[in-house]
Amino acid sequence: MSVDNPAKHDQTLKRPWLSPLNQRRLQNFKANRRGFWSLWIFLILFVLSLFAEFIANDRPIIVSFKGEIYTPIWNAYPEETFLEDGFLPEADYRFPEIQEAFETHGWAIWPPIRYSFQTVNNEVPEPVPTKPSWLYDKETRCSQYPLGAEDPGCVLGNWNWFGTDDQGRDVLARSIYGFRISVLFGLILTAASAVIGVSAGAVQGYFGGLLDLLFQRFIEIWSAMPVLYLLLIIAAVLAPGFWTLLGILLLFSWVGFVSVVRAEFLRARNFEYVNAARALGVNNRTIMIRHLLPNAMVATLTFLPFILNGSITTLTSLDFLGFGLPPGSPSLGELLKQGQNNLQAPWLGFAGFFVVSLMLSLLIFIGEATRDAFDPRKAFG
Amino acid sequence: MIGMSEPLLDIDELSVAFTQGDVTSTAVDRISFDIKKGETVALVGESGSGKSVSALSILKLLPYPAASHPSGKIKFMGKDMLSLSGDELRKVRGNDVTMIFQEPMTSLNPLHTIEKQITEVLSLHKGMSGTAARNRVIELLQQVGIRDPEKRLGAFPHQMSGGQRQRVMIAMALANEPRLLIADEPTTALDVTVQAQILELLAKLQKEKGLSMLFITHDLGIVRRISDRCCVMQKGKIVEQGKTEDIFAAPEHAYTKHLLSAEPKGKPTPTDGDAPTILEAQDMKVWFPIKKGLLRKTVDHVKAVDGISLKLRQGQTLGIVGESGSGKTTLGLALTRLISSQGSISFVGKDIHDYSFKRMRGLRDQMQVVFQDPYGSLSPRMSVSEIVGEGLSIHRSDLTQSERDELVVHALAETGLDPETRHRYPHEFSGGQRQRIAIARAIVLEPKFIMLDEPTSALDMSVQAQVVDLLRDLQQKRGLAYMFISHDLKVVRALANEVIVMRNGTVVEQGSSDAIFETPETDYTKALMAAAFDIRTTKSELVEP
Repeated sequence: MSVDNPAKHDQTLKRPWLSPLNQRRLQNFKANRRGFWSLWIFLILFVLSLFAEFIANDRPIIVSFKGEIYTPIWNAYPEETFLEDGFLPEADYRFPEIQEAFETHGWAIWPPIRYSFQTVNNEVPEPVPTKPSWLYDKETRCSQYPLGAEDPGCVLGNWNWFGTDDQGRDVLARSIYGFRISVLFGLILTAASAVIGVSAGAVQGYFGGLLDLLFQRFIEIWSAMPVLYLLLIIAAVLAPGFWTLLGILLLFSWVGFVSVVRAEFLRARNFEYVNAARALGVNNRTIMIRHLLPNAMVATLTFLPFILNGSITTLTSLDFLGFGLPPGSPSLGELLKQGQNNLQAPWLGFAGFFVVSLMLSLLIFIGEATRDAFDPRKAFG
Repeated sequence: MIGMSEPLLDIDELSVAFTQGDVTSTAVDRISFDIKKGETVALVGESGSGKSVSALSILKLLPYPAASHPSGKIKFMGKDMLSLSGDELRKVRGNDVTMIFQEPMTSLNPLHTIEKQITEVLSLHKGMSGTAARNRVIELLQQVGIRDPEKRLGAFPHQMSGGQRQRVMIAMALANEPRLLIADEPTTALDVTVQAQILELLAKLQKEKGLSMLFITHDLGIVRRISDRCCVMQKGKIVEQGKTEDIFAAPEHAYTKHLLSAEPKGKPTPTDGDAPTILEAQDMKVWFPIKKGLLRKTVDHVKAVDGISLKLRQGQTLGIVGESGSGKTTLGLALTRLISSQGSISFVGKDIHDYSFKRMRGLRDQMQVVFQDPYGSLSPRMSVSEIVGEGLSIHRSDLTQSERDELVVHALAETGLDPETRHRYPHEFSGGQRQRIAIARAIVLEPKFIMLDEPTSALDMSVQAQVVDLLRDLQQKRGLAYMFISHDLKVVRALANEVIVMRNGTVVEQGSSDAIFETPETDYTKALMAAAFDIRTTKSELVEP
């Protein structure tokens, strides 16, 4: 045995970056084709939606005007930068005269959709809500532009692919921003609940005894609170916003993790390798993190996608009821509400339904694949 | 009818294969043996050799279709068992052929009384019920040596001891007067004294009823004691079979020789009576309160350890023996301050009995523990080098990564493992190798004292011997003090200088190893020795465990 030359085996034997168990889990995850593809589709959609400002915006990405480069997407420029008689503190780039000025003194690169989530389309051919642009012929579509079908403003970028809502805002733009805010809300809420819930469950399960007893009684009382009514009351007192809602929902959503993690810790704290670690003199915190948490992670990770979906659904339903995000925010719940109020404009409901169901289905499929991946019967088989 | 010469059970070229996914593995490879009427045949081999699988396939109890028989025939009373239909098989199971399993706790239904469970067997095959069935149950319980069977009819499994439960299992197996009894490690989960009783009972019943018996075990002592013929299995094959006396007298196959020479041997390291004291305990007590009533008042105590004093010197081994529930492990945990106790403990001159867990941390590197189950005591999510190095990162935080790695490599090499394998995970190692990893984890810290809690019980016999040799080597090299807890007297005899015999939390006998093994004084120790070394019961013992 080449004990005296440890450097040698370091070269020959590199530790794999994933333990064999995790490699098998990855294999299991990939074996679930539907979940695997869902993950990719979801990731692509989510990453794209993170750059929503570059996809759907009412200002150009980059402008070259009289030899100078402007980036309206990041900076606000007063209207007089581009128009001599401009007076607005910030230019409205959809204004035909500004667009003409760009045409004559330089160029502008627009996002593919020239509406942000709150941009009102003033050139709609019919009273709002209007149908998706592709349902009109060119004449009608451009009828409200000054030059009709010949107008340079009547281009593909100004189409309302999903139509407009009852305030003349582009539904597609609102859907993209709505998707982003929903997913972000869900992710942050889930991550925060997981951190709180897992820590609480870990402490309870590991130390047990009186601490566990008191904490469990507290959780029983806490989770018996009528969450919806509380939300309504709090929403009446505090101005509801993204972070306020997140905070309020977080008060109750962490409880879900506690029971799972606590049970795992209770079970595993008497494992022999935990005793062995104690006998080595490892401190409690390290034992909890290094030896026990990985056990609980399987249950937690399996649980996670479903909590994520639950969070998104809660936000959407609060928006639908009108207790969610402040008015004007791009919210899918509000879109569904509009669909309900405007049955003559089915594209509103369809768009809302389509985005919500796509998002939730993708997440559930990913969740199923995760559950398969961590299934001990498959992972250890 | 079957004549005396014709075998009752004839297994010819039997193979068993398991298919999982695309992988097919052969668990049993073309084995042939037969059992004649009134004969006991033992299948012996180490874990994973395919003994249980062979036995289960006789009654087709394997998980089909994952399991399959690529070749072979099983003829029982002239019928080919493998081609029987489900209904025909059910007539044989529990009637002509019955089984006893290893774990009597889980093979009995905890929700039913023993009367109900035995009656079920009777009504299923014999259509017996009412008084007739009840009388038969009482008769059976009497036969298997349960006292006052009338009173025990309403008992649930949890109200009986392990030995009694195994007796009930035997009663169930005998209920329909089977021709063949398959006993799959029926005494492995039992204490030695109870094991001796159960084996005696089985031998007696077999003689009285002219039963044939297929006895599966890993314990060669039992084979010699109970069987007429035996088949030695290794890796799914029968490597040697023949008359038990012949095989024990003149084993032919290398593996059989290996098995027979595998018993832990050797003498404990001689000790110096003036060596410095490592551990000393006075009047140790671990009492668990029994609380009752609304106010949870303590009404009594379970005295797991009750007033034990001991002294351990450097380079010495103290063996703690006793049956399950005698408080051996509790004593060990209390001495290493992993559970709280009363009484004084001094370790390397420091009074540690009132140290807090935090304060103990500073001493943990000098006091190490090796646990019984090498499968449970290594975290499956850490690589071997992480497991062995974990203690170093706490107690030797001055070391650099590569210095630590070097110590891990040395420790692994010293315990006979290839240090190249240190980046693998525990599941890739066998039981014996895992126990070596656990020992490496203990010695890497260079402790003065190691508490070994049944370190060999979960291992195969030949591996046990290797681990014992390793422990003895390490002790000589490093002057370690061991506290060796075991129910296995053979292992203790090979290692211990001093022995404490425990029963119900108290010391039955305490003294030098030679004195206790050669001239035991108390009846209990004598019974224990007889059961362990000769697998016989002594007169002093009661009929019932």
